[in-house]
Amino acid sequence: MERDMPTATVHAGEAPEGPPPAVRVRGVVKSFGAGDTKVTVLKGIDLDVRMGELLLLVGESGGGKTTLLSVIAGILDIDAGQLDVLGVPLPQLPGGKKTTFRGRTMGFIFQQFNLLPALTAAENVAVPLLIHGTPKKDAIRRARTMLETVGLGDRTEFVPAKLSGGQQQRVAIARALVSEPRLLICDEPTAALDGENGQKIMAILRDVGRSPGRAVIVVTHDSRIFHFGDRIAELTDGRIVRVHSVPAAHSRGAPGADAASTEPPPAPEESPS
Amino acid sequence: MNYVALKMLFGDRAKYLMLLCGLTFCVMLIVQQGSIFWGLMIWSESGISNLNVQIWVTDPNISQVAEVKPIAPTTVERVRSVPGVEWAVPLYRGVGRARLANGEYHQITLMGLDASTLIGRPAHMEEGRIEDLRTPDAVVVDQWAVERMGGPEVIKVGTIFEINDRKARIVGIAHVQKDFQNIPSVYATFERATAYAPPERRLLSYVLAKARDNEPVEAVTERIAEQTGLGAFTQEEFGWKTIVWVLKNTGIGINFGTTILLGFIVGMAIAGQTFYLFTVENLKQFGALKAMGASTFALARMIILQAFTVGIIGFGIGIGLATLFGTLAASKGQLPFSETWPLLWIVFGSLLAICTFSASISIIKLAKLEPAIVFR
Ligand SMILES: Nc1ncnc2c1ncn2[C@@H]1O[C@H](COP(=O)(O)OP(=O)(O)OP(=O)(O)O)[C@@H](O)[C@H]1O
Ligand SMILES: [Mg+2]
Repeated sequence: MERDMPTATVHAGEAPEGPPPAVRVRGVVKSFGAGDTKVTVLKGIDLDVRMGELLLLVGESGGGKTTLLSVIAGILDIDAGQLDVLGVPLPQLPGGKKTTFRGRTMGFIFQQFNLLPALTAAENVAVPLLIHGTPKKDAIRRARTMLETVGLGDRTEFVPAKLSGGQQQRVAIARALVSEPRLLICDEPTAALDGENGQKIMAILRDVGRSPGRAVIVVTHDSRIFHFGDRIAELTDGRIVRVHSVPAAHSRGAPGADAASTEPPPAPEESPS
Repeated sequence: MNYVALKMLFGDRAKYLMLLCGLTFCVMLIVQQGSIFWGLMIWSESGISNLNVQIWVTDPNISQVAEVKPIAPTTVERVRSVPGVEWAVPLYRGVGRARLANGEYHQITLMGLDASTLIGRPAHMEEGRIEDLRTPDAVVVDQWAVERMGGPEVIKVGTIFEINDRKARIVGIAHVQKDFQNIPSVYATFERATAYAPPERRLLSYVLAKARDNEPVEAVTERIAEQTGLGAFTQEEFGWKTIVWVLKNTGIGINFGTTILLGFIVGMAIAGQTFYLFTVENLKQFGALKAMGASTFALARMIILQAFTVGIIGFGIGIGLATLFGTLAASKGQLPFSETWPLLWIVFGSLLAICTFSASISIIKLAKLEPAIVFR
């Protein structure tokens, strides 16, 4: 991770002529079902995720956060709107290319960890590398290193069932990071972690987000980690109602920053166009 | 990814064992039923295979070996004169009634062999010498006679009994393949056998013949049929003719065939179903792999690898168990059981087919799978 230490920071509110955004969402609509049971979950989403930032996505339960992540990942098709990921118009890609693109560029931390129960922690972490054809030995070695980074160096040979919820979540995080994805998509990555471990993980994610050419989206309910974000987007009733930057004092957040007092100031500075 | 696939398969012990048990059970069921069926078929033509001669000559309208349609006594000479025939000998086959000293009656199959050559004799003797058939009143019985007619105390070398009211003296016990009708056989010379038989105009049942070594058996057989106007069959032809007759006329074909077919269908359905359920239960895991960028092709390879691996292991264990059953329950020839290579190949092929089939269904499901399920 050393070489990924932040070297440049893109600040909120920069001119649109900067580097292209990591993710560009415009007018995206997504509904489930049909006829009477049709539910429109995303009702016209506009959102940019910039290169080199960690964007927090917050909002009420059932508001569509997970759905939006799935759409950005290209694993749910959209009904209307535009979606560019790392400069690629994702909905226009044929299915197989989409899968390959996703595998090469994105990492995921699922709300439910979705570890393979039969594999050890190290093997689970190695899976994305194996998918890309990395030889098994190399893959496992890199997976072990990554597990050490998330503080699980002594649990590499455990199967998920023998790990606590928080440990499983950290395995999932290591798995998301191991292939050094340019876009990291995390659905409540700290939900199963205690405060201290949550802070550690968020610090790792923030470092990834701050790396040039990379970006991180984190869905969370946990106000204690808000200060790790560069910006916070609020999703309510299928729309992004607010996006605001986290004040530098918090955002640059010395590890000592008081976590409990990091309620983000209501500073709307970007309204969806 | 092969490693991941196998780990997924073996790692979940409970699921793997269930799957393996399902497949093993099916293979065992099918192989066992098939072997019993085939064993029965072998029994049904044991009247031919026990004699082990190349060519059978008899009435052209004969339908099976036990039917016996007597032919003219001159036939032996006529067959001998057909070019390409090395030798031809008479055979009597008929039904007789044995009366033991204790007053019991038993039905027997009476076989009369050419006295000078004893061609058509049983391949193995448990006791005595077949050559002793040439002594007065001598007969040889098979091991089934010992079993059915009162046990080794009653039926042994030296026992004297009557066949159709004439004296017979046991000089040997032969070991032969069981007859389908489960009637014991008694061997005598042709002359003695015809003397036992009720007086009839024609007493020649079959002519057994052999082609010269440099002549193809089939060609000689055809030539015999042409020149004598009789029916001439190779051992194999006559065996199949008998099997087909038994299948058509005894209900074994229908009854057993249905059982086997059902066993086969049920077995294969269970095998397919079990494997399908296995992949469905793993769908979420496959979805996660897909979300992480594994192509449908890669996942398909994983599923097929899993299917074939468990299929082959299940096949091996199933065959093992079926064979164990065969050797335990059928070793003494009490039960028909013949596990043949063609049967094993058929089951193997079908198993791979059913595994491929259920794997394909799973793969189609997977191809359509929205990896979004992993986000929920
Ligand atoms: N496949 C689906 N079919 C039908 N409805 C769906 C499907 N997926 C999601 N929904 C609906 O979409 C809405 C938004 O779901 P989503 O999972 O995106 O919410 P969320 O914001 O992630 O909630 P939470 O914070 O509880 O995780 C819910 O009302 C849900 O019932
Ligand atoms: Mg959610």
